[in-house]
Amino acid sequence: MAKQYVIGVLVANISGVLSRVSGMFTRRGFNIDCLTVGETETAGVSRITVAFHGDEDIKERIVTQLEKLHDVKEVEVLDQHETVIRELLLIKIRNTAENRQDIMTAVEIFRSKIVDYSNSALVCELTGETSKIDAFIDLMKPYGIMEMCRTGIVAVERGENCLKTDMN
Amino acid sequence: MKLSGAKIVVETLLEQGCDTLFGYPGGQVIDLFDALYLKRKQIRHILTAHEQGAAHAADGYARATGKVGVVIATSGPGATNLITGIAAAYLDSVPVVAITGNVPCSQIGRDSFQEVDIVGVSMPVTKHNFIVKDVSELADTVREAFRIAKSGRPGPVLVDIPKDVQTALCDFTPCSEPAAAEPVKAASEHRIQRAAALIDAAERPYIYFGGGIIASNASAELLAFAEKTDTPMGCSLMGLSAVPSSYPGFLGMQGMHGHFAATAAEDAADLVIALGVRFSDRATGQQERFSQNFNILHIDIDGAELNKNIRAQLAIRGDLRDALRRLTAAVQPAKHPEWRKRIAAMQADEARRTAQSHQLLTEHLSAGRQSVLTHFAVIDAVSSSAPDDAVIVTDVGQHQMWTAQRYPLKKPRTFLTSGGLGAMGYGLGAAIGAWTATGKPVFLFTGDGGFGMNLTELATAVSLHANITVIIMNNGVLGMVRQWQRMFFRKRYSGTTLNRKTDFVRVAEAFGAKGLRAADAETLQKALRKAAAQSGPFVIDCIMDPDEPVLPMRPPGGSVDDIITEIK
Repeated sequence: MAKQYVIGVLVANISGVLSRVSGMFTRRGFNIDCLTVGETETAGVSRITVAFHGDEDIKERIVTQLEKLHDVKEVEVLDQHETVIRELLLIKIRNTAENRQDIMTAVEIFRSKIVDYSNSALVCELTGETSKIDAFIDLMKPYGIMEMCRTGIVAVERGENCLKTDMN
Repeated sequence: MKLSGAKIVVETLLEQGCDTLFGYPGGQVIDLFDALYLKRKQIRHILTAHEQGAAHAADGYARATGKVGVVIATSGPGATNLITGIAAAYLDSVPVVAITGNVPCSQIGRDSFQEVDIVGVSMPVTKHNFIVKDVSELADTVREAFRIAKSGRPGPVLVDIPKDVQTALCDFTPCSEPAAAEPVKAASEHRIQRAAALIDAAERPYIYFGGGIIASNASAELLAFAEKTDTPMGCSLMGLSAVPSSYPGFLGMQGMHGHFAATAAEDAADLVIALGVRFSDRATGQQERFSQNFNILHIDIDGAELNKNIRAQLAIRGDLRDALRRLTAAVQPAKHPEWRKRIAAMQADEARRTAQSHQLLTEHLSAGRQSVLTHFAVIDAVSSSAPDDAVIVTDVGQHQMWTAQRYPLKKPRTFLTSGGLGAMGYGLGAAIGAWTATGKPVFLFTGDGGFGMNLTELATAVSLHANITVIIMNNGVLGMVRQWQRMFFRKRYSGTTLNRKTDFVRVAEAFGAKGLRAADAETLQKALRKAAAQSGPFVIDCIMDPDEPVLPMRPPGGSVDDIITEIK
């Protein structure tokens, strides 16, 4: 049965590595929901977080194919119940007299933050799980979303468990 | 000691044990070729007619020996011309290192003359690739390329070297040993024991092996295992030559054009022991139907192949040689007389069908116009005159399947064919590589279509005085596609009638080789004797019927129940 998986991938931070990882998904016909990449605590190692929908079979194939890539050092499927997952949203909404108060209320309830304010537009920042971000966006739709940008998820396991590589 | 990047490449190649490489020069590899010139006594450069031929030659060199094949080409078109050759090596897991030049770093990304992002282009068809922008990383990158190419499941690796990196000076510290292949984690004892239990419990076991047996040099271990467990076997196209064709329990290649008995035996088995195979669609047919009747024990060095195309009851990752030794020790000796009897009946059935199809064909031909040869006659004539250690190479198409079905192979690494990619035009380059590597006589089976693609490599073969006998199964058509059109497209022969006026004997002569035409067995025998008595390439243009089919055939997406053994 198809469900969402989140995997953490440690890769050597060298030119082309993102192409190799995303190229593997394209070439083998796997769809990515979102992909983020950034530096880690170890110099020379980047961490890619990929979310995708698929069944157990597809998940297994994605993991084994990723493990074959020379620049991939570690792959782990994150147990979503034991993982903190966050995403960041920046959303620009039309600022009008009749909507302003409603938006402010939603911002407060969602523990969002207004990071830019002008006569015609508001920019809100929101961090949270994907479902929370989705809910906030839905709520803002009637007020007129001018533009928005979300980062895609990052994820770390709760507790002591860490994704580590013996590289270096 | 300070050396230029170009010299560092050549020193590192020597250090890796490379004594032969194939290539073609160009603007961005002049420095590399200059460095090769200075070391020409230690490293032999073979100039081909086209970079594709060089890539196939490096592939043939690697397949015939197990060593890493090396090919070198210039930037842009030189590099892109390698791609088919690299892809052929990738799909068949052949260790090749491809070195390309590129424009200087400062010119990269500006669409400079003969600039191509070959790292980007080759990414999906290489095991890994590099662009080296810092000369201090050059030696280690070349070493790493060799290590990756031969580690685990082998494959091609490309190293792209911009021109300014070739000219830059850098300290070079020689390394006394070639890069060692990465050790493979051995299969766990627990899994070996579980596998042994499955095998001991099987009443109708069947071994289906592939190219993994050849890559891990596990032929002897495979035979020892088969003997102890009294298990019959068949193989994929890539597995051919791993065991002698005459081995009593060996039923031949299975799959789309495989031996009837091999495919039928697999379907009747209760346990299929799959060794170093990847269950390609050509091998399995309809994948849902394929494994309905049996359990699968799958062993492969590449974990990503396990459960990729077919789900196995037990999948073990590991080196086949080690796994087979331990499995053989762990299993009980067994005898399966009933199973053997059933298989003997399948073989008898196959022999009857083959004889029938041979007869049908002979009748059809004798009713026809000109005197022509059948594939039975051509292959038997060659195999009865070729020495045991000859290397058999094929192109792609009908002749390839006929040779795979019928040629009696005797030793591992004596059958070279483009299996996964199925690249027409593979043959002549690969034959040159095989001859260069082994010095053994090479017989290339090809078709008029495939030979036409890269026949300019005859020039290379002539320069090398290579003992390559080219057997063209010339039927004037692109026979494999024509066969499909005949069977599935109501004989609408779209684009497959060559009907060209090419005279391959005179082509051979124009290149400085010799050639003869044969339309009957006697002339063919004579031509083969002539070929054997001289040195250098020899082309035999065998005239065949355009409608001789490759049988049996399991239609694409079909199963064992759909196998076609005769065409009306």
